[in-house]
Amino acid sequence: MQYLQVLANGIVLGALYACLAVGFSLVWGVLNVINMLHGSFIILGGYLTFFAWQNFGIHPLLALPFVAAILYGIGYVTQLLVINRVVSQPVLTTLTLTFGLDLILYNYMTVFYTATPRRVTLDLGHVELGGIFMPVDRLFGMVLALALTGMLYVLLRGSRIGRAIVAVRMDGAAAALMGIRINRIYAITFGIGALMAGAAGAIFSMVFPITSNLTGDFLGKAFVVCVIGGLGSVPGALVGGLALGIIESFAGQFFGPQHALTVGFLLMLVLLVVKPTGLTGIKGYE
Amino acid sequence: MTPTTRYLIFALWVIVLASTPLWAGNYFVRMAITIAMFSALTLSWNLIGGFTGYPSLSTAAFFGLGCYVGALSQRAGVPMILAWVAATVFVAVLAAVFGAIILRLRGHYFAIGSIGLVEVLRLVTSSWGSLTGGGDGLNVPLVQGGPNVVAQTFLAAMVTIMVIVFVVTVLVDRGRLGFGLRCIQQNEDAADMVGVDTTRYKVIAYTLSAMFCGTVGAAYASWTGYIDPTDTFSILMTIKVPVMCLLGGAGTVLGPVVGTGVYMILEEILWANFLDYNRAILGAVTVLLILFLPGGLLRISYKTVLAQLAARFNRLGAAA
Repeated sequence: MQYLQVLANGIVLGALYACLAVGFSLVWGVLNVINMLHGSFIILGGYLTFFAWQNFGIHPLLALPFVAAILYGIGYVTQLLVINRVVSQPVLTTLTLTFGLDLILYNYMTVFYTATPRRVTLDLGHVELGGIFMPVDRLFGMVLALALTGMLYVLLRGSRIGRAIVAVRMDGAAAALMGIRINRIYAITFGIGALMAGAAGAIFSMVFPITSNLTGDFLGKAFVVCVIGGLGSVPGALVGGLALGIIESFAGQFFGPQHALTVGFLLMLVLLVVKPTGLTGIKGYE
Repeated sequence: MTPTTRYLIFALWVIVLASTPLWAGNYFVRMAITIAMFSALTLSWNLIGGFTGYPSLSTAAFFGLGCYVGALSQRAGVPMILAWVAATVFVAVLAAVFGAIILRLRGHYFAIGSIGLVEVLRLVTSSWGSLTGGGDGLNVPLVQGGPNVVAQTFLAAMVTIMVIVFVVTVLVDRGRLGFGLRCIQQNEDAADMVGVDTTRYKVIAYTLSAMFCGTVGAAYASWTGYIDPTDTFSILMTIKVPVMCLLGGAGTVLGPVVGTGVYMILEEILWANFLDYNRAILGAVTVLLILFLPGGLLRISYKTVLAQLAARFNRLGAAA
C-alpha cells in the first residue's frame, strides 16, 4: 500500500516535470540552443499567476492563458531580436548568451518581487482512493500539466506551424529551401518554449511554494528530464518526466529525501554516456 | 603581437599584482589575490574550452573538489602546501577518469554532462554530512599571523599558481599537444583521420585543465578558512570562468589573463556602486560581449576600429 502511495506521488510529480521540461526540450531540439533562461521563465510564470491571484483575486485557471500569452511574447521577442543573431554559433556562445539574459531576468525578479516563497492556496481538500491519499490541487495540477503537454503534441502534429517546426528540427537547410522562414520558426519555437515554462510555473504555484531561488533547480530538472527521455520530442519529455518523478519519489522513500536529487543527476550522467538518445531513443521529431 | 610582447605584458601584470602590498591597502591586495585566482581558473579552462573547443562547464566541480580535499587533508594534520599538492593529484586522477568517460560526448551533451558533474558533486557533499560537514560546511585551520601576513602569503601562493598555469599554457601552445588540440578544435574527425590520437589528447587537455582548479580550490579553502557546498560547487562560477575567457579571447595565451582582469575590475566597480543590480549589469555585459565582441578583446584590431571611427567622422563632416 505504501508503495502505491509513493508511486502515485511520483506520477503526479512526473507529470509536472514533463510539462516543465517539454519547452526546454523543444528549444534544444529545434534551435540547438541550451536555454538557460528556462528556469527563470518558469518562476516568472508562477509569480505572475500568484500576483494575479493575490492582488486581483483572479483564479489561476483564468490567469493561465494570459500568463502563457505574456511569456510567449517575451520568448518570441527575445529570440527574434537577440538570440537569432548568434543562433547558428557553437553551444558555448548561445549558452553564455542565454545565461547573461537569465542574470538580467533573475535580478529583475529578486529586486521587484523578492525571493519570498509564495503559493496560491486553493484549499480544494483531498481525496482518498484505495488507501492512496492525494490533495486535490495536486491532482488538478497533474491533469493540467498532462493536458498542456498533450496540446503541444497535437499542435506539433496537426497544425501548419507545428509541421514547419518539425521540419526545421529535422533539416533546417532543407526546410529553408521549401520556403519556411527559419528565423520566424525559431522565434515561434522559443516563444512556445517560454509559454510552456510559464504555464508550468503557473501550475507549480498552485501546488508548491515557489521562489526565484528555485530557478536553478528547475533548470536542472529540465536537463535531467531531457537526457533521460530523449531530446526534442514530446513523448520523450513525457517519458523522461514520469521516469524522473517516479525515481525521485522512490529514491526519497528508500534513501531519504536529501538523496532523491542526487539519484536523478547520477542517472542522467550514466544515461548520457550509455544512451545519449534517451529512453525513447527517438531521433526525429514525432 | 609577437610572443615576446605577450610574455612581457604578462610579466608586467604579474609584477603589478604581486607588488600590491607595497603600494596599496588590504582591499587592493585582496582584489589582486582574487584576480590571480580567477586568472589561474580561466587559463585552465582555456586549455579545454579554448584550444580544444569543448564547452566544458565543470570548472566549479574541480575547484570544489580541490577545496574539500585540501580542507579535509589539512584537518587531518597534513601541512598546508602538501594538502594543496594532494588536492591537485586527487583532482587530476579523478578528471582523467571522468574525462575518459565524458569526452566521448560532443557539443550540447558534453556541456550538460560537465555541468551535471558540478551538481552531482555538490549534492553528494551536502548530503555526506559525516565526512564533509554537509550544509554546515567545514572550518579549515587558519594560517598563523596577522591579516597582512595572511594576505601576503596567499597573494604569493595564488600568483605562483597563476604563473605555473601560464607556463603550462605556453608549453602546450608551442608544443605538439597544442597543435593536436587545435586540430581537434577545427575538425575532430579530420584530426582523427590524419593520425591525431584524439581521445588521448582530449583526456590530457581535460586533466591539465582540471588539476590546477584543484590546486586553486585547496588554496582558496586555506585562505578563507571556511567552505560550504553551495559556495564551492557554484554554477555561477562554472559559467563565469568561460565568460571571462571569451571576453579576453578563447584559445589565445594572453586572452584569459586580459579577460579576467577586465571582468574582475568591472565586477568590483559594479558591486561597489550598484549593489541591487550588479547581476543584471553582469548579464548585460555578457550579452553585449556575445553579440558585439565574439572574438574577445584581443581580436579587436585597433587599426580597423580607428579607420571606422575616422570614416564615420568624415561622413558626419560631409553631412554638416
